[in-house]
Amino acid sequence: MTQSHRLYDGGRVDRSQPINFSFNGRRYTGYQGDTLASALLANGVMLVGRSFKYHRPRGIFSAGTEEPNALVQLERGPRTIANLLATRVPLYEGLDASSVNSWPSPNFDLMAINGLFHRLLPAGFYYKTFMWPVSGWKIYEHFIRRAAGLGRSPEEPDQDTYDKINAHADVVVVGAGPAGLAAARTAALSGARVILVDEQVELGGQLLSERFIIEGKPALEWVAEVEEELLANPNVTVLKHTTAFGYYDHNFICFLQNRADNVAFGAEGRTRQRVWRVRAKRVILATGAIERPLIYVDNDRPGCMLAGALRAYVNRYGVKPGTRHVIFTNNDDAYRTALDLKAAGADVACVIDIRPDPKGELVTRAHEAGIEVIENSAISGVLGSKRVKGVEVMALNEPGDSVTGRSRIVQCDTIGSSGGWNPVVHLHSHAGGKNVWRDSDGIFVPGETLQAEHTAGANHGNFSLQAALTDGIQAAQDAAKILGLKIKGKISAPAVGTDVIEEPWRLLWYIPTTAPTGQRGKHFLDPQNDVTAADVQLAAREGYRSVEHAKRYTTLGMATDQGKTGNIPGHAILASALGQTIPETGTTTFRPPYSPVTMGALAGRYVGEFFDPIRRTPMYEWHEQAGCLWEDVSQWKRPWYYPKDSESMRDAVNRECLAVRNNVGMLDATTLGKIDIQGPDAAEFLNRVYTNAWLKLAPGRCRYGLMLHEDGMVFDDGVTSCLGENHYLMTTTSGGAPNVLAWLEEWLQTEWPELKVYLTSVTEQYATLQLAGPNARALLSEFTSDIDLDNEAFPFMSWRDGTVGGIPARVFRISFTGEQSFEINVPASSGLSLWTDIMIAGEKYGITPFGTETMHVLRAEKGFIIVGQETDGTITPLDLGMNWIVSKAKPDFIGKRSLARADTARPDRKHLVGLRTIDPEVVLPEGAQLVAETRAKPPMDMIGHVTSSYYSAALGHSIALALVKNGRNRKGDTIYVPIDGTTTACEVVDPIFYDLEGERLNG
Amino acid sequence: MFLITCPWCGEREESEFTYGHEAHITRPEDPSALSDDEWADYLFMRKNPKGPHLERWVHTAGCRRWFNVQRNTHTNAIMAIYKIGETPPKATTAGNKS
Repeated sequence: MTQSHRLYDGGRVDRSQPINFSFNGRRYTGYQGDTLASALLANGVMLVGRSFKYHRPRGIFSAGTEEPNALVQLERGPRTIANLLATRVPLYEGLDASSVNSWPSPNFDLMAINGLFHRLLPAGFYYKTFMWPVSGWKIYEHFIRRAAGLGRSPEEPDQDTYDKINAHADVVVVGAGPAGLAAARTAALSGARVILVDEQVELGGQLLSERFIIEGKPALEWVAEVEEELLANPNVTVLKHTTAFGYYDHNFICFLQNRADNVAFGAEGRTRQRVWRVRAKRVILATGAIERPLIYVDNDRPGCMLAGALRAYVNRYGVKPGTRHVIFTNNDDAYRTALDLKAAGADVACVIDIRPDPKGELVTRAHEAGIEVIENSAISGVLGSKRVKGVEVMALNEPGDSVTGRSRIVQCDTIGSSGGWNPVVHLHSHAGGKNVWRDSDGIFVPGETLQAEHTAGANHGNFSLQAALTDGIQAAQDAAKILGLKIKGKISAPAVGTDVIEEPWRLLWYIPTTAPTGQRGKHFLDPQNDVTAADVQLAAREGYRSVEHAKRYTTLGMATDQGKTGNIPGHAILASALGQTIPETGTTTFRPPYSPVTMGALAGRYVGEFFDPIRRTPMYEWHEQAGCLWEDVSQWKRPWYYPKDSESMRDAVNRECLAVRNNVGMLDATTLGKIDIQGPDAAEFLNRVYTNAWLKLAPGRCRYGLMLHEDGMVFDDGVTSCLGENHYLMTTTSGGAPNVLAWLEEWLQTEWPELKVYLTSVTEQYATLQLAGPNARALLSEFTSDIDLDNEAFPFMSWRDGTVGGIPARVFRISFTGEQSFEINVPASSGLSLWTDIMIAGEKYGITPFGTETMHVLRAEKGFIIVGQETDGTITPLDLGMNWIVSKAKPDFIGKRSLARADTARPDRKHLVGLRTIDPEVVLPEGAQLVAETRAKPPMDMIGHVTSSYYSAALGHSIALALVKNGRNRKGDTIYVPIDGTTTACEVVDPIFYDLEGERLNG
Repeated sequence: MFLITCPWCGEREESEFTYGHEAHITRPEDPSALSDDEWADYLFMRKNPKGPHLERWVHTAGCRRWFNVQRNTHTNAIMAIYKIGETPPKATTAGNKS
């Protein structure tokens, strides 16, 4: 296929290196140095997609990151990437792209029917239409999502790798246009460590798109000299194709670097993208400016572009965007586009200037070049739908709020409009910088900053090349001075041969047509989301006075481009509708990222097994070989249950439960948190953090404790043992251990620094084997000769030091299952061998390994709570019926005062109770809501919820624990669980279902 | 991303630290002597100034020590760092620039 719109020479493309690619299934050829957008334009392809709401045809609009229309789906299968900008994708051999928001194709789109009903789809349409009835959303959403869809995410794992790098710099320069290059070069001469970063694949910024002369040579020769100088300096890092996407507190700035030429595939042996996390002493923002369009009627037709973009395609890529071009402007700069197009041999129909009497030097040159200039006029209509066919031109009245006289049709297929240039204040704003309105040309420029920041060049509001170069040098000099660095040699801005004096812009935010807004065509502000001037005016009429509310109501600036071109005109139109000035209305907040960042880059190496650390106990391998299923408890892997053959979960858990109740089972309890507490004030400390009394616990004894937060709510529980004088071992829940340790440390360090207490986490130093069941003692006795296991000598809630299987061990007689139970702590390195030996020796008793599920069932049969299951941060010990553990004698402990607050002392709070379903086989779902009375349909008054629910093999019926309003006074009552159209009746009972007297665990 | 100077370990990134809460809220000597309102004041009520704020941080991924920070909540400039038990600096308006 020929490149019908390619110029014979000129530009930065290499015509000796053709590149084949395909778009929407058709094959094309471009050149090395093209972007996908420039290659499409070279082939005469302007129509690239459809808009979000109306599915109107959309063409390439810009040549850069501000692009709202040319979104593509790049590649297929696992490598597919959604919503890349064709203007930012460097062309590579075999590139395969398609439009994202059209079906079946952008040329013939079935959803375009929305466009015919646009009167039914005004601003706030979704809010107004889909608010009622609420249940309708389920139906609407399906339709809207399918109609709207922007791109498809890959369904297979990412094939590429990503990484992150931390760096420090004296000076970071963002933007490698004239100001940035001048700044980087100057900063480098001071000996500073400099990082220069630019989103484009080449240095030069706007110079890449211009025909400027610096020091008597083409500007890009100067760029090449500076680049060479920077690369030769070991203190300078130059990052191309790298976007500074966020600027944060304390001068922290992040970049996204594309490491491969091919943006869809990581290069061999290197990561595809890298996130740079940079701490800079000074940051120079030379981020340039983005052109803003004039807002004329039907300005969304394919062929309507930015004037500067036309210049970029001609000068940088050697491409004529159209066959006949019209320039529409409020400033002199757009005349450069007309002149450059003309010089490249492209047809320029005319320049339409809204200013009454433009006389600048560039205007004169346009006249001299034979370009027709139609002054004091506006585009009052656009002909064509899938491509511009011409414009209707009419004169403006003096205030510029209507068009007058006879209209004239100018044939053309491409319009380049320019409403001036907006400084790219995004990064400055990310880090808390204020922006200041400059009335003379209607722009926001960076104002006060909270960071160690300088701005330079167009971003600083200095648009001429000479001013940008001077400004860049000045910014670097300022930075060097603050850093105490001396710049070696004399620095002066290079002479620019092409600067001319430009006349002021004319600020006319809305270009009138022959009918009131919205009554003849549409004035688009956000062509991706289909937000028009009429929508913004409607929002103002409906009372959306805040720019942030109007944004959300109209979706202005909420598309992937985040309003980089249309926001300022949109805010100006809002201001006008509200009768305010633009600075009074303000702008919406600029938030990171400046342009989209892939999830892969943000995740970096923290994927797969590095996503979250996994903690394994010493017996992990044994459990794995025994075929257990795993339960994740915080970062721990715990055996959940051990199914035999094709056993179901319920059968396996029933078998494990009965083994413990009738015989002996073993649980890996290593994951329980263990905190070693030492110091002369250890007992006093425990006495303050637990609700019960701790001053008299003797060595060799254990005690259960409950911790509250200061608000009186249960925080953690566990057994703490006195190991010796001033020495204790605290156990915590598996998931709560780090929080408990941190919380105890906070009290010790900040509130009670006078207490001599030292805390050490020893969770991973010990393996814990829990033997439970009537045969536990008999089995354990085979492994120890120096611990007297007799019930009198070694009673419940005590511990003994000795050896088990020849290994030094602490054995604790504590029980969470309600059975006779011994917890054996041995050094972690001996855990697996002791576990294996006990399992072999226990075979004659039919020893059964059991997992967390069985543990949960057994403890629920006993009515023992699990913190985080029976509690949720709003439950007091009294709610749990655990008054027995709350000391009345102690004057104070953490949380005590809160238990006397009116609300916590209320007798009718939610209480922990047991539930028995009338049908013993029904196991209630955990989390199920409870009601006292059923009605035919909701709403019903909810009185609580199920916290734990299991089938109890030992009892032969289901059991449940629940938190129920005033539950202790409802014992014997029948309450109900209404779920999915069925209602289960249950009786409120005591939460202890098994061995109420505790004979088994004491036995 | 703040840069915080731990008084024990030196300059580290914010991600190593955890914010606690407002500093210098002393636990009452005898909570039982307090009215519900006074207790609620200790328990729940916190300052929320725009400007200098005394607050408590802990070096979670480092030495695990708590310390006090004076931070300007508007600019996020860290104006002072001092150990637990030390006297807080007088509120100043300095430290607008990081």
